[in-house]
Amino acid sequence: MVLNNIEDLLEKYEDGQTTLKEEAQLKNYFKQETVAPHLEHYKAIFGYYTVNQQETFTKNVPLNTKKKFNSRWLSVAAVAVLMVGIYFNRPKEDVITDADRLAYNQAKSYLQLVSKTFNKGTAQVTYLGAISKAGTQVDYLKEMENPIGRILKIEKH
Amino acid sequence: MTQLEFLKIVMPFKDKVFRLAKRLLVSREEAEDATQEVILKLWKNKTKIENYKNVEAFSMTMTKNFCLDKLKSKQSQNLKIVHSNYQDHSVALQRQIEVNDSLEWVAKIIEDLPEQQKMVVQLRDIEQYDFDEIAKMLDMNPTAVRVALSRARKIIREKLTSTHNYGVK
Repeated sequence: MVLNNIEDLLEKYEDGQTTLKEEAQLKNYFKQETVAPHLEHYKAIFGYYTVNQQETFTKNVPLNTKKKFNSRWLSVAAVAVLMVGIYFNRPKEDVITDADRLAYNQAKSYLQLVSKTFNKGTAQVTYLGAISKAGTQVDYLKEMENPIGRILKIEKH
Repeated sequence: MTQLEFLKIVMPFKDKVFRLAKRLLVSREEAEDATQEVILKLWKNKTKIENYKNVEAFSMTMTKNFCLDKLKSKQSQNLKIVHSNYQDHSVALQRQIEVNDSLEWVAKIIEDLPEQQKMVVQLRDIEQYDFDEIAKMLDMNPTAVRVALSRARKIIREKLTSTHNYGVK
């Protein structure tokens, strides 16, 4: 490439008038081992640009495809669970089955039997009242003690 | 949109996003974080992606805004990044061009440019976008882009010649 051409291009380059194609030409020219000595510093500039084009981004970016857990639904679920729990734990209604009724009636009849015989027993026990009557009659026997005491006094004298 | 389709859209320009972020934030780690952030933002809005005319330009604008915000918050925190990674990792290429030292000079000079010029240089001289695209990405008009670019190119050349000739002339 003619040196004049390069110098013209450089002038245009500094005015910001070059096209991308012309800039590529410049870059290519300054890639050479040897360039005109007075243009040596451009080699660094274009070299730097070329080197920097190669730098790549190597870090991994985690892209989560999982849908984010929506905490709003958590409360809804909690309420649902609570309601189900309450539904299943409520006290059962009392249902009286035939078996229950039978057992009840049996127990009732047994208790009646017991109370009947018990009453009979108490009726008989009332005769014992006669004993206390007899006890009071026996008290008269104490009277006998008086004459006996008197007899004993006489004997001492 | 599946992950695969998304990657197909994003893959071609993720490096460009990264390089722009690195140009602005300087530190490689921060640039990586910024790039990740931009990609994740795109992924979150993947349902809207089809509506964008130019996802690449949109992403570059997003990157620009994100990085400038970051720089602004950093300034307010008065925090300075210490960076030592001017050097590129593509060693082989660097060896081909036997001007390692000068490359670093170029990096330093570009780093000292104002943000806008930095971005223009990055997008034009490294990523090779045309002026209309750059104008759209940076929300400037094409003439302003041209002017900024010309100014930046001149500054780079002048500074580099003065460092080259330091002690010689």
